Amino acid sequence: MTSREIILATIRRSLGVTGAEATRRLEVATRLDGHPQGVVPARGQLPPAARLDLFVGMVKAAAGTVERAADPVDIPVAVAAFLRAHNLPPAIRHGDDPRLSAVPWERGGTLEIRRGASDGSDPAAVSHAFAAVAETGTLVLTSGADNPTTLNFLPDVHIVVVSASDVVSDFESVTARLRSRFGPGAMPRTVNMVTGPSRSADIEQTLILGAHGPRKLHVIVVGEP
Amino acid sequence: MTDGATHAATSPRFKDNARAALADAELQKALKFMEVNFVARRREVAEKLPEFEALRDCARDIKDHTLAHLDLYLEAYEKRVAEQGGHVHYAVTGEDAQRIILDICRKLGARTVTKGKSMVAEEIGLNDFLAANGITPIETDLGEYIIQLRHEMPSHIIAPAVHLTKAQIESDFRRVHTHLPADRSLVEPTSLLAEARGVLREKFLAADVGITGANFLVAETGSSVIVTNEGNGDLTQTLPKAHIVLASIEKLVPTLEDLSQLLRVLARSATGQEMSVYTTLSTGPRRPDDPDGPGEYHVVLLDNGRSSMIAGTFRDMLRCIRCGACMNHCPIYHAVGGHAYGWVYPGPMGAVLTPSLIGIDKAGHLPNASTFCGRCEEVCPVRIPLPRMMRAWREREFEQHLSPATVRSGLAFWGFFARRPRLYGIATAMTARLLGLVGRGRGRFSWLPLATGWTRYRDFPAPQGGTFQAQWKAAERGHRARAPGPPP
Repeated sequence: MTSREIILATIRRSLGVTGAEATRRLEVATRLDGHPQGVVPARGQLPPAARLDLFVGMVKAAAGTVERAADPVDIPVAVAAFLRAHNLPPAIRHGDDPRLSAVPWERGGTLEIRRGASDGSDPAAVSHAFAAVAETGTLVLTSGADNPTTLNFLPDVHIVVVSASDVVSDFESVTARLRSRFGPGAMPRTVNMVTGPSRSADIEQTLILGAHGPRKLHVIVVGEP
Repeated sequence: MTDGATHAATSPRFKDNARAALADAELQKALKFMEVNFVARRREVAEKLPEFEALRDCARDIKDHTLAHLDLYLEAYEKRVAEQGGHVHYAVTGEDAQRIILDICRKLGARTVTKGKSMVAEEIGLNDFLAANGITPIETDLGEYIIQLRHEMPSHIIAPAVHLTKAQIESDFRRVHTHLPADRSLVEPTSLLAEARGVLREKFLAADVGITGANFLVAETGSSVIVTNEGNGDLTQTLPKAHIVLASIEKLVPTLEDLSQLLRVLARSATGQEMSVYTTLSTGPRRPDDPDGPGEYHVVLLDNGRSSMIAGTFRDMLRCIRCGACMNHCPIYHAVGGHAYGWVYPGPMGAVLTPSLIGIDKAGHLPNASTFCGRCEEVCPVRIPLPRMMRAWREREFEQHLSPATVRSGLAFWGFFARRPRLYGIATAMTARLLGLVGRGRGRFSWLPLATGWTRYRDFPAPQGGTFQAQWKAAERGHRARAPGPPP
């Protein structure tokens, strides 16, 4: 018997089942296909403007910073100003996300733009979020050439652009969007849900920002909800 | 499981461990931070979410449902992993898991392996095994990194170095990081963190294989999920050529919706955060046009006795999502810390799980190290009846004649009277009166025959008034006299 067969047989013996029971199979298939919702907190169930306010408040509570931009053309100035305010070199890296490629970066002055995945030498990166969750102030980023995963972790500063219309109430709204984007049961290699900048409390349980991931997380919300 | 695949347990010496822990001034100083931090933060964040109790019920039900259908969810899960280009390996024992991981590393010619925090890796003693086979494992979670430098086991399942003070960590860094200037200042915790970040950043970029655990495995999508604050787990699973997930079979949940429920109780129960900083779902290796991510994705599913646990008294323990709330709220853990428990899993969850994994003959002290105050069950996000299960282990220990002679004779002595209620009443009344008379002066005893185990560390209060039963009877009589008529 293979290890797989031994483990499945032991589980079945423990449960007193054979694995062939039609009712059990149906119950599992129904749950996987129907993915019923559990308890969804009322906190995020708000009209768009209030929902966005909640998101902004929750990001700040998680030690992130947030600003609003009326239009994508305002992003370069916002990014340049943020880097300057934190004494960082005017350089960023971003992926092939068409929304970021279409940004008129020259408006950011002498901003140096690098493209593609990070090798760890970039002080700052800009990503575009797939969605954001108001309930907890969480950004959702999906991997791919558009927004390489290394940009989320290697640079010291992570700037994330999110469309106001992509700020949803709860995690259940994100899973619905993931299914419609990638197909039922399919996923990109990585889905990152990010709530604030990296931190550790492993030394005397004192919370310190900037562990292995970005020391700063800055969110730019674009447009109206 | 045999000892070859585990850390040698010092659980049989729990009493000596505990005594040493109580006398360890640095440890006591480190443990003081727990009460204020973990306990207060959890309460605050739970109170902020009106649905928290309903979410706990839902989390419990999801885990129960999954365990009752675990064979089928495992089949669905492995199918999804394979469809997305990943590989699932089953390991009956810790040694099986070690060998599978070594084979993957050898095929890739791996020399160094970075590791995200994984309690299952501790359970199977993975680091020592890899090192013995010429592969250098590097722990990257700050707490795990610190205890790896000290060749220690974690003392807490989510805060592995909670038993250490800043000064101890500073001296370890100075001892090991000899390439850095000796006169550097490490007074502030931020400087310690910055140093670890710098040292580990090079290791992340150089590693051949990354090994992480999993907080959850999602059957619907074939994803593994890790929840961290530092970002080390993400660098571990993104940068190397291969990502190996080591997870035990009970980590499965059916769907992304079920995952959302469990995430809502996990961070709140663990660290008192609304959400941990990084919750990451990994599914398969990098896709053909991905510019980063691992080229191979392997999941090693460890059983190690869990499939048998499903049958019996301790099935509920498999609901555990390893948040650590039970130990954060445990007065015994607060007093002695995690190492006293003598194996990988400390605190109340360890007192129930450890006997299942290494045997009640070795871990019999652990379920006895409880006052049954019930705080662990009160805070458990998946409502595991921990005190009841510790009691079940005590019964089993007694039935198997493993309890120490003093405990057995004491219980026999008590049992003799408990079966004879009249005699019990007379004996306790006499004892109470005698102790009350003798102890009248000071109101307490600093020494009592047959009770030195108690009086060595604390005074025994002198009884005042009658026995509990006598007081109860008197109160009943008074109640009846004041409120005549049938009882409500």
